Amino acid sequence: MPLLNALVRTLAIMRKEFIHVRRDPRTLTIVIILPIFQLIMFGYAVTSDVKDLPLAVFDQDRTAASRALIAAYRHSGYFDIAYYVTSHDEIAYLIDSGRARAGLTIPPGYSERLARRERAEVSFIIDGSDPTTANTALSAATAIGQAHGADLLQEAIRRGGVLPGLLPGVEVRTRVWYNPNMQSAYYMVPALIGLILQTLTALLTAVAIVREREQGTLESLIVTPIRSIELILGKIVPYVVLAFMDTILILIVGTYWFHVPINGSVALLLALAVLFLMSSLGIGLLVSSAARTQQEAMMMAFFTILPSVFLSGFMFPIAAMPIALQWFSKVIPLTYFLVIDRGIVLKGNGIAILMPQVITLAVLGTIILSLAVLRFRKRLE
Amino acid sequence: MDETPAIEALELTRRFGRITAVDRLNLTIARGEIFGLIGPDGAGKTTAIRLLAAVMPATAGRARVLGFDTGRQAERIRRAIGYMPQRFSLYGDLTVAENLHFFADLYGVRGPTRRRRIEELLAFARLEEFTGRRAAALSGGMQKKLALAGALIHNPQVIFLDEPTTGVDPISRREFWDILSNLHVQGVTIFVSTPYMDEAERCGRVGLMYEGRIAHCDTPDGLRRLVPGELLAIWTPQVMRARPIVAAQPDVLEVQVYGDLLHVFVKDAAAAAPLLAQALAGAGVPVVEIRRAQPRVEEAFISLIAGRGRKTE
Repeated sequence: MPLLNALVRTLAIMRKEFIHVRRDPRTLTIVIILPIFQLIMFGYAVTSDVKDLPLAVFDQDRTAASRALIAAYRHSGYFDIAYYVTSHDEIAYLIDSGRARAGLTIPPGYSERLARRERAEVSFIIDGSDPTTANTALSAATAIGQAHGADLLQEAIRRGGVLPGLLPGVEVRTRVWYNPNMQSAYYMVPALIGLILQTLTALLTAVAIVREREQGTLESLIVTPIRSIELILGKIVPYVVLAFMDTILILIVGTYWFHVPINGSVALLLALAVLFLMSSLGIGLLVSSAARTQQEAMMMAFFTILPSVFLSGFMFPIAAMPIALQWFSKVIPLTYFLVIDRGIVLKGNGIAILMPQVITLAVLGTIILSLAVLRFRKRLE
Repeated sequence: MDETPAIEALELTRRFGRITAVDRLNLTIARGEIFGLIGPDGAGKTTAIRLLAAVMPATAGRARVLGFDTGRQAERIRRAIGYMPQRFSLYGDLTVAENLHFFADLYGVRGPTRRRRIEELLAFARLEEFTGRRAAALSGGMQKKLALAGALIHNPQVIFLDEPTTGVDPISRREFWDILSNLHVQGVTIFVSTPYMDEAERCGRVGLMYEGRIAHCDTPDGLRRLVPGELLAIWTPQVMRARPIVAAQPDVLEVQVYGDLLHVFVKDAAAAAPLLAQALAGAGVPVVEIRRAQPRVEEAFISLIAGRGRKTE
């Protein structure tokens, strides 16, 4: 009988919570529009893809060899040969005015140096005002040059006379293993599952509890026989359900719209998402015990989401961060879930290879959630 | 019948930082009483009720409800009491019926008992026609009645009501008190707080609360004897000129100023009114209206606690 009562109470809270969601346009917006908006934003707008960047070329060599190099740039798809110019000043002018984003200068004697098998240097200028694009363009430019150099060397080897040890390194290729076209959608869509799960559960759970306090309904709940744990469960389960619906929505849109291949098991992904949700629900609960108003709760929840966006490897690679921030990223649950999430979707990883992340996430989740549950008091202070 | 008191407080104290909201409260309320806690805003009424209803922990002292300790046995108390907070505390986006069913679930009221109880409550709160309406769309008075119905869903033996009639129109107020009287007849112990003096009349016993303490605790008749005389309200555009003239009249016990109203305590309102009108007219002070007024708790307090003869600006 006591168990039945507990179950009835927990279900009553859940049912009520679903009614709130159904009747509150704000929550509905967050649940349905937010994931789609973020998908579009991160899938398209916040893209570091470089395509058809206008390139100005100053070819001082004007030989078959220099034209072959220019063709290599054009065929890469990264650059569009927008201008052929006849002076350095012209390149400077075109980049200054924004008509060209990069300039390639092939010095006189380029083909002769190649023929003598000496280092042939070309100079490449990039408009660095957009560092993200510049960064990608820079690696692309270098890689195209190196690949072209390698082609030339192979050609030479085939003709005989050059030691194979002189082949340039192809380290750049490692970056494009799982995302051969360097499409950010591939990288972002799975990551977005993690971010949405966290935003939705932390934000909605915090707001759902603080709303009860703000509107005074918590006082009515406190005097009923409901236990803290029943209240917490009843409050969070509906948002976990919504979070899973969103996960599936993102996977569907990701697959059919952005053509992201799902190489691993969706079931495993969802199972491990539960582990991740422990910490974000814990964060939501902690926020709810600290915030007095819904606005405060929203601000605080967003405050916890920001480091997750910037420091978890969601947008920027952790390896590129200062050491102090790298340490900080180690306590962010999303850091681990992103590895799991991208690993399963992009690489088809199984649980064995993800074990270190799974364990860390379980530990982090247990700590945060226990703290939150202990702090949660079914009393007014 | 069980002879343990319904409510017992012993040196019950609650502090918020340096403010003492409830200061060594001692109280015993027998089963079946209607007890009214009366006092101005900020007197500590809400905190006192929250402590007794085991919603908020005490800083010092203790309290027992139906023999259970509010600190250690809060869960036992919860099953036996109903509590209606001052603010509307049901769910505005849920309908009347959904709200009642929700609380029935939380209190484990099931089956035929539940159906009967909800019908009963809807009938006595006169909400039968509004079961499908969202609580937020109800009038203030109906919201209060719905909140009361919610607090009664499990047939509690003791109910705590925190200013249930504040902000409610006079007709709904009377209706609400009729409902409480019905509950009283059924043997329910009622602990109610209110800022209205007239509501004290409907209580068996009244505690006057001021600055965290119960200053006086008595039957309404005993309490009325403490309030000096009767109250007249004089409405005049020249309050400052009128005040010394009124205060100088014989039989005037106390004068208080409220905006362009003078509140005058006199021994006999019926006799004093024409005399005061005459005196003011003689001095050339225009008077819009002189009428008998019900002393509200604020006035009673000013004269009872702040001291006789002190004029409040």
